Amino acid sequence: MRKQISLLLRALVFAAALFTAFILLLLVGYILVKGIPHLTPALFAWTYDSKNVSLTPALFNTAFLIALALLLAAPAGIFAAVYMTEYARRGSRLLYPVRLAAETLAGLPSIVYGLFGALFFVGSLKWGYSLLAGACTLALMVLPLIMRTSEEALLSVPGIWREGSFGLGAGRLRTVFSVVLPAAAPGISAGVILGAGRIAGETAALIFTAGTAAKIPESVFSSTRTLSVHMYTLASEGLYLDQAYATAVVLLLLVLAINICAALLAKKMTEERNG
Amino acid sequence: MNQAKESIAAALFLLAAFLSVFSVLLICLFLFVNGIPAIAEIGPLAFLSGVNWQPGNGLYGIAPMMLGSLYITAGAILAGVPAGVLTAVFMAEFCPERLLRVLRPAVSLLAGIPSVVYGFFGLMLMVPLSRFFFGGSGKSILTASLLLGVMILPTVVTVSEAALRAVPRSYYEGALALGATHETAVFFVLLPGAKSGIMAGVILGTGRAVGETMAVIMVAGNQAVLPDSLFHGVRTLTANIVLEMGYAADLHREALIATAAILFVFLLLVNVSFSIVKERRQT
Repeated sequence: MRKQISLLLRALVFAAALFTAFILLLLVGYILVKGIPHLTPALFAWTYDSKNVSLTPALFNTAFLIALALLLAAPAGIFAAVYMTEYARRGSRLLYPVRLAAETLAGLPSIVYGLFGALFFVGSLKWGYSLLAGACTLALMVLPLIMRTSEEALLSVPGIWREGSFGLGAGRLRTVFSVVLPAAAPGISAGVILGAGRIAGETAALIFTAGTAAKIPESVFSSTRTLSVHMYTLASEGLYLDQAYATAVVLLLLVLAINICAALLAKKMTEERNG
Repeated sequence: MNQAKESIAAALFLLAAFLSVFSVLLICLFLFVNGIPAIAEIGPLAFLSGVNWQPGNGLYGIAPMMLGSLYITAGAILAGVPAGVLTAVFMAEFCPERLLRVLRPAVSLLAGIPSVVYGFFGLMLMVPLSRFFFGGSGKSILTASLLLGVMILPTVVTVSEAALRAVPRSYYEGALALGATHETAVFFVLLPGAKSGIMAGVILGTGRAVGETMAVIMVAGNQAVLPDSLFHGVRTLTANIVLEMGYAADLHREALIATAAILFVFLLLVNVSFSIVKERRQT
């Protein structure tokens, strides 16, 4: 009897693990098998038109949007983490609202960000559907992620390094920029790159902020369509499904490459600490 | 000079830290200032419990969408949590080290796949399958629940695995000493010990399922009517916003913002329960 129960439990666990592995293989395999044959040169043509749904403009737009959003979010998130770990006193009452706000932001669904961006950046600030409005919206969205990962990276820098720096006569600011931040750099960059991955995969927050124009923007006030939004448009129009599969392959590879970079940096960080 | 530089930097860092607080306040302000008057104009009862969403006829009842979000989220939890927790058990207690080195990145890959890709996969593979087996259009509560179940899987697996590993080893050893097998010790001692951590993972997954938008739009059918069967289409709160925001005006637009405000409150509740579970774990 006891043996049967153990066997049954073991079977359950193995079945679940197989199921998870199967789902992953099915998902990635299906997209790759259906998509790779349609990765034609025409798909990478310089311009998009309704006859040839090229993804090149969308790819450039994704890069621009990631760069701009991170330019806004990374300094803010890293500085916030510096405040929380290096400046605020332990158990400071000021930290409570900051943490609460960061947790709330992290839990908000992307469509709420999208709606807010549409009301504030697109509407109230009159930027219209633009690269800038999309970037600001997504900067808010990845801010809590960058704050949290930077905070963890800064906390993992040994306190003795700071004391050494103070002992050599460095001020607080110099300690932060010359000792603590360089030591935490791999962990912080891992967080920032994870943020890039989330931006690359985002759709709902962009449709009503950055818009859907499929061309390379002339300025930060031009409407742009990122790769994810492009993918959604192709899939929901249903006219170019083969190209949609191929676009999904490119999107998948892009996000995969970004996540691998982040994982490698995070690994480097832990290895340096332990080694 | 140096003193001034130090104080400017300190002020700058403080400002950056409070940026998140300002953002939350600003988001609240915009959602509620635009949403609450609309709710007042429609009537709170008519808005929350009205079963008809026909903006053309001035009917703004979001009950179908609230039920839609509820059903799909519940379905996702039913589908995703057992599989996720058992996979976590496998990774924490049954998995050889070498396999773990493949499985961990695989799970984080699953977490990193964009929701449009999930949605597209659901649309091209799961919807036709569901149409074949259950008839109808194939876009249904069931399809959306299964897809969301897969989407919350990595969250549940990662958090549950960490929770299982955090249970003191002596519990497990004690159970073995009392005559339990490896399996019974894991299921009847370790799993209950990791309960609150696993709960935290489930709540995080719930938040993700409630807030998911693009994948749901592609497979749920989006009919704004009260769902009457597992195999019929349904519209969620999130989908409602994306589908109609593009052309809505006046009260219709404000009603959509009010929908987002309701969603915001919904997720705030999820977050609060998450922090309660987390705090209880620490004490």
